[in-house]
Amino acid sequence: MVSDLRALAKYVEPGVRLALPVDYAGVSMAMTRPIIERNARNLDLVCVPTGGLQVDQLIGAGLVRSVETSAVLLGEAGGAPRFNAAVKDGAIALKDATCPAIHAGLMAAQKGSPFMPMRGLIGSDLLHHRSDWRVIDNPLADGGDPIVLIPAIKPDITIFHAPMADRFGNVWIGRRRELAAMAYASATTLVTVERIVDESLLASEMSAAGALPALYVTEVAVAPKGAWPYGLWGEYPTDTTEILRYARAARSAVGFADYMTNAQMEPA
Amino acid sequence: MMSEVHPREILICTIAKLLDGVRHVAVGASSPIPAAGAMLLRALRQQAGEKGPRISILGSVEHNFFTNGSAELFDCAGQGRIDAFCLGGGQIDGRGNVNLVGTGDYPQTPVRWPGSFGSAYLYYVVPRVILFREEHTPRALVEKVDFISTPGVSNDGVYRSGGPIALLTSKALFRFDKTRPGFDLQSIHPGHDLAGIKDATGFQFAHESQPEQTALPNPQTLALLRGRVYDEVAETYPDFAAQMRREIERPLSHAS
Repeated sequence: MVSDLRALAKYVEPGVRLALPVDYAGVSMAMTRPIIERNARNLDLVCVPTGGLQVDQLIGAGLVRSVETSAVLLGEAGGAPRFNAAVKDGAIALKDATCPAIHAGLMAAQKGSPFMPMRGLIGSDLLHHRSDWRVIDNPLADGGDPIVLIPAIKPDITIFHAPMADRFGNVWIGRRRELAAMAYASATTLVTVERIVDESLLASEMSAAGALPALYVTEVAVAPKGAWPYGLWGEYPTDTTEILRYARAARSAVGFADYMTNAQMEPA
Repeated sequence: MMSEVHPREILICTIAKLLDGVRHVAVGASSPIPAAGAMLLRALRQQAGEKGPRISILGSVEHNFFTNGSAELFDCAGQGRIDAFCLGGGQIDGRGNVNLVGTGDYPQTPVRWPGSFGSAYLYYVVPRVILFREEHTPRALVEKVDFISTPGVSNDGVYRSGGPIALLTSKALFRFDKTRPGFDLQSIHPGHDLAGIKDATGFQFAHESQPEQTALPNPQTLALLRGRVYDEVAETYPDFAAQMRREIERPLSHAS
């Protein structure tokens, strides 16, 4: 199984644009260490729409060049320590966004469109610092009505964790439709799952409605408790104690390195 | 015999009043006081035989009506289907600007907060945004924010169907006047006074010479809050509900 995860990690080449999901949607924490071991640097992360533990650990390991995100935090454990330190040191480039702008960029990519227009943002410093976002006057109005254009976000790779896939590579994502949006927009999608089922998820209307078709899925690997210490919807809760332990340890670079070396890789 | 009103219960009841009349309110994942306010309003409305507002709590399975991923909340808001939202901020300034990014010069902010989340959209399109920040100090309520995650007002011609209506802190309630723009002190919570509010507020605000005190909940509202509402709150915020119940019990156990 570990070799499966290492095989998946080989896709993560230096300099790729990597999309990762919000902490409650299904984070493939099992992939974090294989990616770090592979030591692919200069990653451009896209957090959909916010980042957490996995993002903090990839930054702490020195693999990240830039982060596009609406926020990075460790939930109840507060701020993300290695992200915050990297911001203070100027070690990573920031593309601060707002949640619907990330969704809009993925939606544009999903449709093969160059951009998606979006309300809000005008007058914010987010817009001021985003040279890639443009403001135009609504061409369908009689004049005026400025609106922001968000360019398509086309990640090279999306990685997430889900409860199950079938033997045919279809993945059950339930109502976490942002996972589908990420996969639609990405050139490569790598999925870890709790288990593989024999019957096709497309065989019944009930399961088909919550399935991401294999068309969009590059590789699937089994990783039981693969979101830990995050929880996985419908499966197991978040291990807040472990996240708090990480948050305390990672306050310093030394503490972070120590945690990553010595902490267990799987739940007890 | 009911113990005296907890300061946070005044906040919860004030939020319920500010939300009165809404059909659908959204609250953030780590916002137990706004969530409790929304749940109290729903309980009060249902007690009166009405349906009460729909409450969407982000990140909660129990109080989440969405099936289209995390984009759906924003799509919903963009169509005007969300009437109210509670928004916090690392810094809030006298023009209603909110900073959720950090202090000092961006991007290398010496103090970095998580980020702007959905604020740079929801603040524009949700009609009734309540700014909520318990900490009422000159570092939280500043003259001018270091970074505008989302602005309090927009220039003429910019699409803006929503924005702030009020700012609630642990010390006072302000109303937002978007024509000035600026805050008007509406009422002061028990135990605080105007001089103290002025010292604790980094921006100028309008006020009466003798401001009102924030109303306390009546016994029926308080009973509803301490019964049904804390039970509901506990489903999503167990630690907060337990803490509230401990703290309101304390004076009683002390007396016995």
